[in-house]
Amino acid sequence: MSAMEPTAMEHGLQSCHGCGLVSRPAPEAGGGRCPRCDEKLTFRKPDSLQRTLAYLIAASVCYLPANLLPAMTTITAKGRESDTILQGVVLLWSPTGWPLSLIVLFASIMIPSAKILALLYLVFTVKRGSVENNTQRARLYRTVDIIGRWSMVDVFVDAFTVALVQLQPLMSVEPAPGLLFFAAVVVLTMLAVESFDPRLIWDSASSPQHQPEVQHA
Amino acid sequence: MPTQNQHPDCNRPLADETIVACLDCDLLQRIPEVPPGASVRCPRCDKELWRHKPDSLNRTFAMTLAALVLYIIANADPMLGLHAVGREAFTTVVGGAEQLWLNGQELVAALVLFAAVIAPALQILFLLLIVLGCQRKRPPFWVGIFLRHLRFTRTWTMIEVMLLGVLVSLTKIAEFASIIMGGAFFALFALVILLAAIQSNFDPRQVWQRIEWAESNVRHEPADQSAAEVTS
Repeated sequence: MSAMEPTAMEHGLQSCHGCGLVSRPAPEAGGGRCPRCDEKLTFRKPDSLQRTLAYLIAASVCYLPANLLPAMTTITAKGRESDTILQGVVLLWSPTGWPLSLIVLFASIMIPSAKILALLYLVFTVKRGSVENNTQRARLYRTVDIIGRWSMVDVFVDAFTVALVQLQPLMSVEPAPGLLFFAAVVVLTMLAVESFDPRLIWDSASSPQHQPEVQHA
Repeated sequence: MPTQNQHPDCNRPLADETIVACLDCDLLQRIPEVPPGASVRCPRCDKELWRHKPDSLNRTFAMTLAALVLYIIANADPMLGLHAVGREAFTTVVGGAEQLWLNGQELVAALVLFAAVIAPALQILFLLLIVLGCQRKRPPFWVGIFLRHLRFTRTWTMIEVMLLGVLVSLTKIAEFASIIMGGAFFALFALVILLAAIQSNFDPRQVWQRIEWAESNVRHEPADQSAAEVTS
């Protein structure tokens, strides 16, 4: 591979996200269709940074009610008791339950916040035109993409606890408003990951002002 | 070669179809032939570009049929139940979404239903249609439509996350009731493993190489031009 590291975009070529075919758009058109699978083609995901940022802001807005509002209400003969996600983690902590408690703590508290911070970092470094740590940033994006889905775990915990514990009038469990916000955080961060275009990480390395450095290295 | 039928916004493919751009960093490169089991990685960002998976379609077909059977069991059987104070209660996978809906959490119920029931069904259905379409020497165009959307169904299939959630919820319930595991729980566990095995055996590139093109009259670029792209 040459030191120039040519990208498809620099050669006026578009690669298809659906089927992987590389093709050349008509000279006057900004983008076209893939001749093999008919997918609409663009050089980069359109408005990638703005869309990612918009989803991240929406996720951050939902983040507070997701963690402060109760997610589940337990109704017993003694009365009603509501728990937030974090209280659910604490309740799970026991001599036998602590490994699961740690997993839920990791999946529902740490992953969503780490995901928002990691994507913000990626958006801002791309905006600034950073050429450093490209490999690490690419790896960070892939990690966020892979582990992000696990934060859904608390939604399923509540869904099946609610479905099973319907022993009226002795004891029953109901979902509470915090669950909706929590599910919204999970979905919005997944959409943010989908909107981000990892190729942008590498684009500043091949933009004109950085080219000489890359060549001499 | 006839060009008058070509769609105006249709791109022109390169003459050499082994030239690809890394989907994660856009680096232009040529995919070499590698022995079965070996993979090709992008030299710049380390993304796996292709893995040579031998006997891909037959294995995918067999495993997808098995996945279909497991999926039906997983949704027909109760998944778990509890036994407390002389009463028994059971729930299926759909039951998890249903009770949320009845309690006024319609949006979350729809999300649970989509990630646990609908997305896996679409994934299995798409895979079956793709493999069946590939029985023809030249797979028809519609195979490509399902192949293009397969990634979406994979992103939103969350059975493995659901099983972890079920384990956590059982640990909570075990404090005051005895637990009954249903057949669906084990079917789902096997389904998770099977879907992972399908993913590591199914090679979309093989299908794309044989498929009927959307634009059948398309004109390729001259060969010398595309050879120049990677070497420049």
